[in-house]
Amino acid sequence: MLFGFPLLSLVIWLPIIVGLIVLAIGSDRNPLLARWLSLVGSIFGFIVALPLYMRFDPSLSTMQFIENHVWFERLNVHYHLGIDGISMPLILLNCFITPLIVIAGWEVIRQRVSQYLGAFLIMSGIVNGVFASLDAVLFYTFWEASLIPMFIIIGVWGGPNRVYAAIKFFLYTLLGSLLMLIALIYLYYASNGSFSILDYHQLPLAMTPQILIFVAFLLAFAVKVPMWPVHTWLPDAHVEAPTGGSVVLAAILLKLGGYGFLRFSLPIAPDASLYLADLMILLSLIAVVYIGLVALMQQDMKKLIAYSSVSHMGFVTLGFFLLNDLGIEGAMVQMISHGFISGAMFLCVGVLYDRLHSRQIADYGGVINKMPIFAAFFMVFAMANAGLPGTSGFVGEFMVIMGTIKVNFWYAFFAAMTLILGASYTLWMYKRVVFGAVANVNVETLEDISKREFMLLAILAFAVLWLGIYPFPLTEIMQATVGNLLEHMTHSKL
Amino acid sequence: MDFLTPDLTPAYPEIFLLVMVCVVMLTDLIVGERRRYLAFFLAQLTLIGCAILTLTTFSSEANYTFSGMFIDDAMSDILKLMVYATVAAVLIYSRIYIGVRGMFRGEFFSLALFATLGMMVMISASHFLTLYLGLELLSLSLYAMVALQRDSTVATEAAMKFFILGALASGFLLYGMSMVYGATGSLHTSKVAEIIQSGTIDHAVLIIGLVFIVAGIGFKLYAAPFHMWAPDVYQGAPTAVTLFVGSAPNLASFGFVMRLLIDGLGELVADWQGMLVILAVASMVIGNLVAIAQTNIKRMLAYSTISHMGFVLFGFIAAGENGYSSSLFYVAAYVLMTLGAFGIIMMLSREGFESENISDFKGLNQRSPWLALIMMLLMLSMAGIPPMIGFYAKLAVLQAVLGVGYIWLTVVAVMLSLIGAFYYLRIIKLMYFDAPEIDKPISTGMDIKVLISINGLAVIMLGIFPQTLMGLSLYAIQQ
Repeated sequence: MLFGFPLLSLVIWLPIIVGLIVLAIGSDRNPLLARWLSLVGSIFGFIVALPLYMRFDPSLSTMQFIENHVWFERLNVHYHLGIDGISMPLILLNCFITPLIVIAGWEVIRQRVSQYLGAFLIMSGIVNGVFASLDAVLFYTFWEASLIPMFIIIGVWGGPNRVYAAIKFFLYTLLGSLLMLIALIYLYYASNGSFSILDYHQLPLAMTPQILIFVAFLLAFAVKVPMWPVHTWLPDAHVEAPTGGSVVLAAILLKLGGYGFLRFSLPIAPDASLYLADLMILLSLIAVVYIGLVALMQQDMKKLIAYSSVSHMGFVTLGFFLLNDLGIEGAMVQMISHGFISGAMFLCVGVLYDRLHSRQIADYGGVINKMPIFAAFFMVFAMANAGLPGTSGFVGEFMVIMGTIKVNFWYAFFAAMTLILGASYTLWMYKRVVFGAVANVNVETLEDISKREFMLLAILAFAVLWLGIYPFPLTEIMQATVGNLLEHMTHSKL
Repeated sequence: MDFLTPDLTPAYPEIFLLVMVCVVMLTDLIVGERRRYLAFFLAQLTLIGCAILTLTTFSSEANYTFSGMFIDDAMSDILKLMVYATVAAVLIYSRIYIGVRGMFRGEFFSLALFATLGMMVMISASHFLTLYLGLELLSLSLYAMVALQRDSTVATEAAMKFFILGALASGFLLYGMSMVYGATGSLHTSKVAEIIQSGTIDHAVLIIGLVFIVAGIGFKLYAAPFHMWAPDVYQGAPTAVTLFVGSAPNLASFGFVMRLLIDGLGELVADWQGMLVILAVASMVIGNLVAIAQTNIKRMLAYSTISHMGFVLFGFIAAGENGYSSSLFYVAAYVLMTLGAFGIIMMLSREGFESENISDFKGLNQRSPWLALIMMLLMLSMAGIPPMIGFYAKLAVLQAVLGVGYIWLTVVAVMLSLIGAFYYLRIIKLMYFDAPEIDKPISTGMDIKVLISINGLAVIMLGIFPQTLMGLSLYAIQQ
């Protein structure tokens, strides 16, 4: 720890406070001030998160940067923060994405700018809070609070069907989390009055409560991930959300669900996890294969990427429930890499949408003739989405498939179909949008990307390639934690 | 028999209030139209004076007076302080609203103060008759307040409904009390409890009495199936009166239930627990489902109140320190949210324009981002989304109920609050996602603006730091 300095609190509260300032001072008369303030604030948010990485000791599997204060005595709730190899990369990812969101909305968002940027900054802090909380009530508070800014973002700056999408998003996720709340209160009594997540990890539980708790958590996390069959809110939310909203949704908010499995379901209910692992793998494979096929049929680019997200997140849950180190580490890499790739894909669609105000594949064609630089970037991300070796998309998928082969050949067979399906839907879309002759007069008017967009995509392209070629720093961080988790799960809690 | 002057110290706040009501009435008779505001200031001064008296006589031990019919303990003091603050806030919020509607007169303030006196007596009663007295003083003042706008047909209709159903409820309550008296031979809450505990009396008579008492309580707590009056009264009454009816009396009702059901009939917990479960679940189902269909915001909030009261009943079902204190916490949180919500409705109303439909909230974010933000916080709080206070209130209550093993109740409650979230979200949707129909800026007084800001911030700050209010509730119950 840095001289006992509450670094995690800073990482959580700095973006929230800057967000509140932006909300307070910004008005539509002076959007530039709000933009610059948010940019500086979000970059600072990333800078203060860097020591988390630099001072992190990857050889430890315990929590680091711990802060623990009593929050309210009456229910024995603590303000308890700490990170391990699972949560730290996700916090960094979140802090990394936030400045990009601010830049992405720079010229595009013209209405109520300060509210837009303020909502994103506040959400960024809240999401950091979710990843860093070690107290169940604190976790739940951040978890639910993250719905509010996203609800507003989709509803105010979204597309024509935004109200439906926003309310569906909110109620769907609320449905999942309410049962989790009951499970948490149940655990409070089972552990003799503690809301500490780490206490729950050590708590012996009989099989029936374990299964019930697992199911309650499953609903909360499956909706967030989202797993088949509770994924239907995601395409709606993605299609209607503004570009920045889609990026945050895909890159960050979906990871909350995946994180939940690792922090709650697996360690708290290990026997139930083992017992239900085959079911979970089955659901994940359905997501990978069936949703992959659904993605193939989409006419709307954003919807296609949304379905591809569901399919890729299926890989994440698949990896978790293989319950071996390759699977879980691969799934973690997949989560981080999906954060970059899906974010980048949505930004690319956003670039096109800002120009022609259409997301339909049929409205495009021959974009490469007018936007060669953009086409090159889009190519990199499309390839990464398809899982081409050398990009980050490959590393995670490959690790998970390797993990799957250890468990069952047929699981691996279906899992590997993603390489074909992913390539098909992504590249086919890419071909229809980018290649060929200029399709219509609208495409004729297209201009290549601006410096701002170039910078944005270049940063992401660098991240995607770097993680694809040299993923070691990432896997090194999580190795001890994942090993500890698997070791923990070998001891039955019955 | 000697006549001893009772020790009046525990009742100082009540006596002071009574004197001041007369002063307010007389002042209003003497001063002319232009000095009407005197009544407003006097009413506020009265409340401050009461608060000072309550604080100076504050003691953690119970003091009885009037031959044990009147009690002054920590719970009564804390509840009374909450009532003063609530009534003061109601009066400030109402100031402009009643001003432009010709209701800014001494009657409004003296009736409000009489009602406050009724609440204080309810809170401090340790005798069934004192309880009934307080309740009637409160109820009669409220009937009159609802009917204060003489030329409004809806208000008159609402007042009639309120009066008839309220009288019926009082009848139930009295009948139940007389049964308990018949069985135990006493009306002192503590003696009734003692006699029941001795186990020498006929259980059947007691249970019949209990059923009537619970029905009477159901009316006062808006619990379904005794909730019918609430939506009509909420809708029909002038908004200022709706706010009054929907806020402070709930604190008094909490005290009422504590005195009657817990202090008096606490031994019968196994019997009334089951009845309250039915009332609570019915309230949540009806409140949440019917609220979705409402287009009138006051009516919607009435149904929302009904569902909130289901949660308050949950605390009583859980019983014990834990349960009662979480109930009190919930009531306090609820009053805070109701104050803000109706305060904003009154700010949207102007002279000759009654803001009643939820569509009046359209585009509020463009008319006044600050008000929209506060209303959003209030709605999210009512929906039980953290970090607003409403969530921690729900958490405390659910925690208490789960502690006594009612898992199915908590599942029902959270599923219904999911449905409830929909109609609160609809208000946010109207404010943020829709374009405004009216472009007039919102004009209001500085005091109201400051108060609504404090109110909105309290909803989130007491949520982030719930320890104070939670600790206070626990302290009130423990003593």
